[in-house]
Amino acid sequence: MALTKAELAEALFDELGLNKREAKELVDLFFEEIKNALADGTQVKLSGFGNFDLRDKNRRPGRNPKTGEEIPISARRVVTFRPGQKLKTRVEAYAGTRE
Amino acid sequence: MNKITKSELIEVLSGRLGHLPAKDVELAVKTILEQMSNSLSSGRRIEIRGFGSFSLHYRPPRMGRNPKTGESVALSGKYVPHFKPGKDLRERVNDGYQKELERAD
Repeated sequence: MALTKAELAEALFDELGLNKREAKELVDLFFEEIKNALADGTQVKLSGFGNFDLRDKNRRPGRNPKTGEEIPISARRVVTFRPGQKLKTRVEAYAGTRE
Repeated sequence: MNKITKSELIEVLSGRLGHLPAKDVELAVKTILEQMSNSLSSGRRIEIRGFGSFSLHYRPPRMGRNPKTGESVALSGKYVPHFKPGKDLRERVNDGYQKELERAD
């Protein structure tokens, strides 16, 4: 099972002694504020974890694969995640123990 | 590009959570990131609705080269973290961009 917001809130309750309502509020707000920054065109740098970057893509020609009809793909902005060195090293270590 | 760091994010959160001491907010952010790193480094996915999911992608073994000596080295397979933005995040980021483009016109 994947890690979710509920489990993150549980960790704040267990480890920091926040009450359940505060813990849930904090976890919600954490992701909400990262989203607000990105929606506002602001890059988010979380040292030790990674950076959420923004990339602007130009308009390019596309095609409807079913009908073959040409439809231009409009210019858009996308979010990319670049893991930090610390996270990359930790994740690689996991692969090592698996082999 | 504008950017915000972890400590600035902690300040923003503290501002919005006036009833909590700033120190608690700082510890909470560190705990959240630590939990997320622990999850990925034990091979476990993260799913945050509306934000996105983090998983591991496998990179197969390959032959690399030592850039100094030119010597070939065998590099073993490894996992790298991967983020897939969720629908709400994708839409909000792109909507913000479309508004910027309109203003620029």
